[in-house]
Amino acid sequence: MPSISRDEVAHLARLARLAVTDDELDLFAGQLDVILQSVATVGDVAAADIPPTSHAVPLTNVFREDVVRPGLGQQQALASAPAAEEGRFRVPRILGEEA
Amino acid sequence: MTAVAEIMDYDDVVARFDPVLGLEVHVELHTNTKMFCSCANVFGGEPNTNVCPTCLGLPGSLPVVNGKAIESAIRIGLALNCEIAEWCRFARKNYFYPDQPKNFQTSQYDEPIAFNGYLDVTLDDGEVVRVEIERAHMEEDTGKSLHVGGATGRIHGAEHSLLDYNRAGVPLIEIVTKTISGTGARAPEVARAYVSTLRELLRALDVSDVRMDQGSLRCDANVSLMPKGASELGTRTETKNVNSLRSVERAVRFEMCRQGAVLVEGGEIVQETRHFEEASGTTRAGRRKETSEDYRYFPEPDLVPVAPSREWVEELRGTLPEPPGERRARIQAEWSLTDAEMRDLVNAGAVGLVAATVDAGATPAEARSWWVSYLTQQANSRGVELAELPIAPAQVARVIVLVNEGALTNKLAREVVNGVLAGEGEPDAVVEARGLKVVSDDSALEAAVDEALAAQPDVAAKIRDGKVAAAGAIVGAVMKATKGQADAKRVRELVISRCS
Repeated sequence: MPSISRDEVAHLARLARLAVTDDELDLFAGQLDVILQSVATVGDVAAADIPPTSHAVPLTNVFREDVVRPGLGQQQALASAPAAEEGRFRVPRILGEEA
Repeated sequence: MTAVAEIMDYDDVVARFDPVLGLEVHVELHTNTKMFCSCANVFGGEPNTNVCPTCLGLPGSLPVVNGKAIESAIRIGLALNCEIAEWCRFARKNYFYPDQPKNFQTSQYDEPIAFNGYLDVTLDDGEVVRVEIERAHMEEDTGKSLHVGGATGRIHGAEHSLLDYNRAGVPLIEIVTKTISGTGARAPEVARAYVSTLRELLRALDVSDVRMDQGSLRCDANVSLMPKGASELGTRTETKNVNSLRSVERAVRFEMCRQGAVLVEGGEIVQETRHFEEASGTTRAGRRKETSEDYRYFPEPDLVPVAPSREWVEELRGTLPEPPGERRARIQAEWSLTDAEMRDLVNAGAVGLVAATVDAGATPAEARSWWVSYLTQQANSRGVELAELPIAPAQVARVIVLVNEGALTNKLAREVVNGVLAGEGEPDAVVEARGLKVVSDDSALEAAVDEALAAQPDVAAKIRDGKVAAAGAIVGAVMKATKGQADAKRVRELVISRCS
């Protein structure tokens, strides 16, 4: 029983806006299954008293003072934008024709 | 075209169904800077002027948490009687939409900073309803979109959209209630009173501007109906775009009537997001999502966990303002108000404003009179909440002081207030600019009095005969001649002394 199905891979690809062909789905589903099973071996050694780790560094409460620092100007902010209009980033139509 | 929704009579709805509410309130904190970067957190401004690599989601940028925002979040949690997490993390909520240039929103998922609280809400007739709080979590606001090319600025039919990221990354606290049931016909009123009380509390905490018209306080209302006697919750809808207290009440009421009409016809409620239409007081269906929401939350790797020490939490507890309910009771006693007077004050949303005006040097009676009558009329005619009028309690207090000093008559005082409301500056500046000083020069007044007496010799004779009440006609004439800029009391004194 694979740990991730072909359908799940297709679903994830769509959520990530990745165009994946049928052949690629077969390929990636197999590869991801190997990766997931390899990582799953960690579960064999992790006892119930070991919480899942999200951060490798044992740090908490790293805060910044609430003091304004200059950011980018409008011109600089928009400098690399593919398109801009009226001081704003211009993006293509958000909803498709069918919506 | 969708058909106009059928509406069931409200009394029928509450006779057959029990409404169940869930309210989500988003509050923008008024910190100096954004949640994860040092850009200024200000409303308005030229587009894309308060942005940096972090809030624009540029490669290589890293977020750092604003400590003041954490402090505000904890204080909000404590004020809502919540437990404060000993340890919690931020999470990425992944979605593709240009209002977040990062393609995810930094939020909290299953580890909110505050949870399991309540807020006691007093209804108009004094009944207290306890609204339970599920959680209050930290996140960041999105940018603002402008849709171009479609009708009326809507996303449907738009050819392209324009994005301003000044608001992207502004600290946001989302406060979620547990389901509120058993309120029956009073559900819309409970919803309104909850948001109103929450706003009062947040204002007292001084953590947010809480301006619903500017979006610094936003409410989403989840509404469902369940047939009387049923035990299973009905399907709910979530209504957004509810931008005033009055709209909260109207939106809940409308959804109850709409859903009632669907259910009695044997129809099914579609779980969907709906938008409140202010003008018609109705809700319309939003875009149906083609797939169920799948945000693939995972712990934010670029931010370390937040673990507020118990000492810090207790220190912050010491900074909390008086709870709204206790504050009201104290104020009512201190100002010797009847229940009805207190209710008027609360309904006008004026408790905090009057208190602040008193703190700035006015007496409670004078402050209350201004806010509950003249300023409430002004707010109503502009269609805004009292607190949204562009006049501050300190400015009202200054006008009251000027009246007490005899520098302004009540009539002139109203003109000064109008000037402040019109954006002409501080009361003293308005007095100066509009030339509203009371004519206090006795020689000028004496001349006006003599003239008025000469013009009405019969009245003058009466006064000389000791009929002091007749002096009113002369005072009126003098006030008219000085265009209301004289102190009526002083004029009266002069009239009587000139006739004796």
